[in-house]
Amino acid sequence: MKPARRRVLIALTLGLSFSLYQSAGLAEETIKIAVVTHGQSSDSYWGVVKRGVDDAARLMRANVTYDAPQTTDMVAMSRLIDAAVNQKVQGLVVSIPDAAALERSLKAAVNAGIPVIVIDSGKEEVEKLGLKLYVGTTSYFDQGMGAAKRLMAAGVKKGVCANHEPGNLINESACDGFKKGMDGSADRLEISLDPTDTASRINAYLRAHPDVSGILALGAPSASNIVSALRQSGVIGRYKIGNFDVSGDTLAALSKNELLFSFDSQQYLMGYLPVVMLTLNARYGVLPISNIYTGPTAITSQDVDRIKILSRQGVR
Amino acid sequence: MSANLRKGVGSDAARLQRSSRLSRLLKRPEFGALSGAILIYVIFYLLAGSSGMFTVQGLIEVLQVSAEIGILATAASMLMIAGEFDLSIGSMIGFAGVIVGLASVVYHLPLYLAVLLSFVICAAIGALNGWLTAKTGLPSFIVTLASMLILRGEAISETRAINGYTQISGITASDPNSLAIPLFGGNAGQGLFSWMAHRHWIESNPLGQPIIAGIPASVLWWIVLTLLATWVLLRTRFGNWIYAVGGEETSARNVGVPVDRVKIILFMVTALSAALFAAIQIMQVGSADTLRGTQKEFDAIIAAVIGGTLLTGGYGSAIGAFLGALIYGTVQMGIIYTRSDADRFKVFLGLMVLLAVLFNNFIRRRATLSR
Repeated sequence: MKPARRRVLIALTLGLSFSLYQSAGLAEETIKIAVVTHGQSSDSYWGVVKRGVDDAARLMRANVTYDAPQTTDMVAMSRLIDAAVNQKVQGLVVSIPDAAALERSLKAAVNAGIPVIVIDSGKEEVEKLGLKLYVGTTSYFDQGMGAAKRLMAAGVKKGVCANHEPGNLINESACDGFKKGMDGSADRLEISLDPTDTASRINAYLRAHPDVSGILALGAPSASNIVSALRQSGVIGRYKIGNFDVSGDTLAALSKNELLFSFDSQQYLMGYLPVVMLTLNARYGVLPISNIYTGPTAITSQDVDRIKILSRQGVR
Repeated sequence: MSANLRKGVGSDAARLQRSSRLSRLLKRPEFGALSGAILIYVIFYLLAGSSGMFTVQGLIEVLQVSAEIGILATAASMLMIAGEFDLSIGSMIGFAGVIVGLASVVYHLPLYLAVLLSFVICAAIGALNGWLTAKTGLPSFIVTLASMLILRGEAISETRAINGYTQISGITASDPNSLAIPLFGGNAGQGLFSWMAHRHWIESNPLGQPIIAGIPASVLWWIVLTLLATWVLLRTRFGNWIYAVGGEETSARNVGVPVDRVKIILFMVTALSAALFAAIQIMQVGSADTLRGTQKEFDAIIAAVIGGTLLTGGYGSAIGAFLGALIYGTVQMGIIYTRSDADRFKVFLGLMVLLAVLFNNFIRRRATLSR
């Protein structure tokens, strides 16, 4: 490369970096809030959270950043929290998937006098670490119990909790809640994220247990695997199926009445509400005193059309 | 430097010419990386000077991120000088962490024994990587790609089978008085920092403690390892062998360099650097996670390359890797302080790395051609 051309390239790189910085729109007098989660905004679930963050930031005219580690690395996430503390933000919004790894950084934020709101995961840490409040769904145990009540209301006498991640404590507790909600008449079935594997296991289980008529799936992919397995064996009409989380496949299954309900955590609110609350806290010193539960809300066949439109807009 | 002589740049006449101290500094291979680092700091000072990045705690955190990359990059650059790659570094971190976690929490071994065990096992796996590469003649890229997958899978499956959950918490709590905790995760100069806080030179939290407890152990490990690697590369026979193996393997073998042994030892060094990285993170945060260290192998290679180590082998330095890690760590943390949109993080990171490398290359070429 000729020196002159290289100089142009360097100038271009510099210029581009600066223009990127400019477009970030830094204003000194606005309130600074940092959102640090464990989910990249390219993820479909967290993209909706970020949409809520951005909408609230525009409404409140606050300077809000959304950061997440590039990989699921809790140490990298703790560094993002440290950086927010160093910037003396007036509010911090975090998700806490692994309290042990993030505890130190969160304590530093609290010690620096920064109000911290927890979203999505980490409800139990709010009191333990002196954080402000939690905005997110009820516990997986309660969600499992809620799902059981809905299936029972639809006439299910005996149900099965299909767990695609056996060993995952959160999923196990959802199945525990499900069993409690069904007054003890519920089984547990280990499945996986593999469609063929899931199909053979669920069909074998249901043949061996003719008294079971309700199924709970703990995620959108496993729900659509189960629905298509039962559709293929022609027995889908015999079962009431509910699941956690919403996806294109589950919406389609809902509209065909193959799924009874899907639990939605309304994660748009997890992005939107904390930004509003922390801005108001910075301006007027006001803040709610209790946790806010955004979900689960149950989506049924009647809601599908409306949700499909909102999903395309990135709010659901 | 000797590396330039091997590449045929400069004759005896030029080498024996008297030169001023300044021009000698300009001609050192590390000078490019040094000027790249200075440039990056100037840019971030302009972009985020008042954001909290240039406070004591902000800079220490930047150093901490750089130190972790740097520990890996020092080992990786030595291996790259010898002409090989180790893609298993990242998985090895997760694997080493799992060994420490299971040994201490599940099997109740003292913490120092758990760490020692992880070092021994990782060194053995590193030796296996090296032995496979040396004996089969396969590219190390392929051999270590396989161990990258195997180690990550093994870490996840063993942990879930034994622990039921892929995170292991309560590791430091299992042996709270162990010397391993301050050795890998402690802070040096705590008294000095308390004194500085007392004099209001650095900030204190509402409890009256300094906001930063001291210089993290990882930073000291980084500096010590860089000095050690520099000494080995420049002052020992083994260091000469490393350059010889990466420069021209067949010639090295013909003059009697034990090529296989050099490679096996260097693969053990990269594995040990991963185990050290794992020990440092565990002692800092108190828990292990099978996903720790994901993609760190690329961070290590990127930092080594930014620092002037050639991907083709035979050229590079530990000081260069040190500066490369400093540049890469600073850019990673600095971007957060500019409060730019996180969706553009990687664009910005890529541009900054490109800028640092171009500048480094430009300066180094000017310096080496100007004799």
